[in-house]
Amino acid sequence: MDSSRLTGEPSSNDGMEEVIKEFLVESNEGLDRFDSDLMALEKDKSSRELLDSVFRAIHTIKGTGSVLGYEKLVAISHAGETVLSRMREGKLLLGPEIATALLTMADALRQMLQEIAASGSEGDGDYDSVLQQLSAVLRAPPAPSDERSPAPASLDKDAPPFLGDILVTSAVCKPAEVQAAIELQDRGDPRPLGQILVDSGAAKPEAVAEGLRMQSEHRDLGSNTIRVDVALLDKVMNLVGELVLARNQVLQFTATQEDSSFLSTAQRLNLITTELQEGVMKTRMQPIGNVWNKLPRIVRDLSLGCGKRVEVEMEGAETELDKTIIEAIKDPLTHIIRNAVDHGIEPPEVRTARGKSPEGHLVLRAFHEGGQVNIEISDDGAGIPTEKLKAKAIANGLITADHAARMSEREVLHLVFAPGLSTAQQVNNISGRGVGMDVVRTNIEKIGGTVDVQSAAGKGTLLKIKIPLTLAIIPALIVTSGAERFAIPQVSLIELVRCEGEQAGIEDIHGAAVYRLRGNLLPLVYLNRELRLEGRTASDVVNIVVLQAGDHQFGLVVDEINDTEEIVVKPLSKQLKSVACFAGATIMGDGRVALILDVLGLAQMARVVSELHEQTISKNLAGAGEQTARRESWLLFRIGKDGRMAIPLSLVSRLEEFPASKIERFAGREVVQYRGQIMPLLRLADVLGYAGAGESELLQVVVYSSNGRSIGLVVEEILDIADQAAEVRHRQQSGNLTGAAVLQQRVTDLLDVPALLASQSLAGLEGVQA
Amino acid sequence: MSQPRQLCTFFLEDLFFGVEVEKVQEVIRYQEMTRIPLAPEVIAGLINLRGQIVTAIDLRRQLQLPARTGEQLPMNVVIRREDGPISLLVDEIGDVVEVEEDSFENPPDTLESRRRDFLRGIYKLKEDLLLLLDTEKAVSVAGVHAA
Repeated sequence: MDSSRLTGEPSSNDGMEEVIKEFLVESNEGLDRFDSDLMALEKDKSSRELLDSVFRAIHTIKGTGSVLGYEKLVAISHAGETVLSRMREGKLLLGPEIATALLTMADALRQMLQEIAASGSEGDGDYDSVLQQLSAVLRAPPAPSDERSPAPASLDKDAPPFLGDILVTSAVCKPAEVQAAIELQDRGDPRPLGQILVDSGAAKPEAVAEGLRMQSEHRDLGSNTIRVDVALLDKVMNLVGELVLARNQVLQFTATQEDSSFLSTAQRLNLITTELQEGVMKTRMQPIGNVWNKLPRIVRDLSLGCGKRVEVEMEGAETELDKTIIEAIKDPLTHIIRNAVDHGIEPPEVRTARGKSPEGHLVLRAFHEGGQVNIEISDDGAGIPTEKLKAKAIANGLITADHAARMSEREVLHLVFAPGLSTAQQVNNISGRGVGMDVVRTNIEKIGGTVDVQSAAGKGTLLKIKIPLTLAIIPALIVTSGAERFAIPQVSLIELVRCEGEQAGIEDIHGAAVYRLRGNLLPLVYLNRELRLEGRTASDVVNIVVLQAGDHQFGLVVDEINDTEEIVVKPLSKQLKSVACFAGATIMGDGRVALILDVLGLAQMARVVSELHEQTISKNLAGAGEQTARRESWLLFRIGKDGRMAIPLSLVSRLEEFPASKIERFAGREVVQYRGQIMPLLRLADVLGYAGAGESELLQVVVYSSNGRSIGLVVEEILDIADQAAEVRHRQQSGNLTGAAVLQQRVTDLLDVPALLASQSLAGLEGVQA
Repeated sequence: MSQPRQLCTFFLEDLFFGVEVEKVQEVIRYQEMTRIPLAPEVIAGLINLRGQIVTAIDLRRQLQLPARTGEQLPMNVVIRREDGPISLLVDEIGDVVEVEEDSFENPPDTLESRRRDFLRGIYKLKEDLLLLLDTEKAVSVAGVHAA
């Protein structure tokens, strides 16, 4: 056996490119593992396993690098290896300086790998400072030998053993000879270990070759995984998508066939396709840990940079996600983490002063729930200062002062996602967060996910991200409207309601329709009208698809509900990006194309989700002085002869009619028995002093519920539901009114229900169980 | 810039158009189409091109020509593009025509500006004038208002 075999040099250059490519991939992976293990080692200094792993990563890079002739790379990794072997010998204990030096080395190696990938050479970067840093660390005083120094060497069974160990075990060399050779290497001898041993006569070339063979055999045994090009996987995934479509077509065809052998074959095809689809999906699944592993490094660098101490904890790193989604959340996650460390977590002295532990905690959690992946990022930092956020939003003209005063805590927090707030530089320091949080939200929504933020001042912030498992093939409900078919992603679907005939229970007042669904008013959206499709002839049957859009529910009225189907999601071309209510398209069993509805986009279009519209409206009104506006659905009603009033539809739980004969008296009040409770009635005309409330046989009652108790507001007539921005003109605060606004071109008083109930000492009134 | 030599030709109304052969992925007969509610009106719909979903643009509407009449079904000229193919709906398909570089002229200034925008130039053939279509313009959807 000649010596070139020993050094492992390829005999020809044909496979060279392939070898280098593999070297780059493996080395980059090795460096990632190096980073995360080194940081774990910083916490658990006694772990021999981690130390071995860190050492092995650099050792491998050095070894392969020297075979390929990358001298600088070898020099630097060798310097790092020297530090690590001192640590293995227990002569050096990992401290912050050493860790920083080693991480800097890893960065230098990465940079060289990049150069190699781009130009084929290591480049002419100057890495002297890295080498100096490493040798400075070596000169540091030896670590005190306490009980925390690493345990004696033990070989991890799964990892390929070192050549020296093999030779010693198979009694080819004495341990001292191997040790001497390693020390030669440590002093800068560039020859591989085997070569040194052969040259010094400690081992015969055959024995070393045998040792190398055993080592590589071990490597082969250890790897029952293969590397596959992502492009190939994508192609297979696309083909499976096509197969699913073809399967759907065959299944549709079976409906018209009676040949039993064909039917059973089709059935088998169906099962196999489903399994194949699942299998291929699994190949594309990666644990979220793959992204998370990079985060501790970022946190470490950031927190060192700004003098903070941050501990990162991870739960559920094994949670799997489709590769495309992993790619898509990489940047948003990094951004969130940066924000948390930069702005969320306070410096140690501030934390101590506030009675918290000096080091901040950053917790990443991931788990599956309802076909979705939830990711939560929480910190125990300062939280989001809502008042400052509001002030800034007002200063930026994003909202008006009046509007700000009426915003809920949640709405205020959601301002961090507003685009205007993130761009202005000075906002970052004040608002706490908001550097590009709009981009974070956009990126997450792009893949069909949602972000929510919760924060408690002084206690911390929690970001919740929900994303789908995969984007490629999803279950969907197929509906028909205006002779067109549409697919609705199953994740947004809550239930299907079919109402027939008169008791349909749809209150259709001037085009704004609501449906009474188990006591709650569900706003209805007619797909025909929203998409301007030809309506079909009136029918007794109304099909309602109850959908979840963000935090809101609404009912989508469609002509027909067809079936659920696995659909292959295809993106729409960029010419169609402006149409917000479609998420993509798919090919149906009959080969025709059907559009996939974007539930959130549709809800926004139909103004079911009002919150998202506030921003534009506020912008339109910027500079409108005292006036404020909030786009909302209002229930308009008449009290007395000509009193016109409105309350937010969101406060209304039901509209009821009671015959006057049903009224009973209880504790000096008018009450009715309503759904197992005694519900007090409040005649608004009497209470508010409007004249002309005639005695009617049928009482119109607006049921207001709070904390599980109901109160019936008796009005003369339900007028309409108005969906518009109410500009409060007079904020007179006359006790029971929040003000007046022009709704549907007429001045309308806005009733302050909680204030009214308080004044009637009804706020705490219990609906007594009947 | 090197001038194209082979043009795939088609007719719209009485106009004779050409597109560089390299840009054309294929020419197919009328396909059943799924229309897209609320989409800009120049978009005719979506077609299923062997499992791929392709947006079809009505070139008549794009060029503000009168709508197609009668029984005549349009043909699809599928244009190859970096971000996926796009189909242009045309009246009829012509031959592949070889053109001489020196027969090329810029579109005359007298042409109505909107139509002129869609032309890269004109080839003077023996019998006809062949209008070289600017495919980038043809597939762009201008003045889209968010629905």
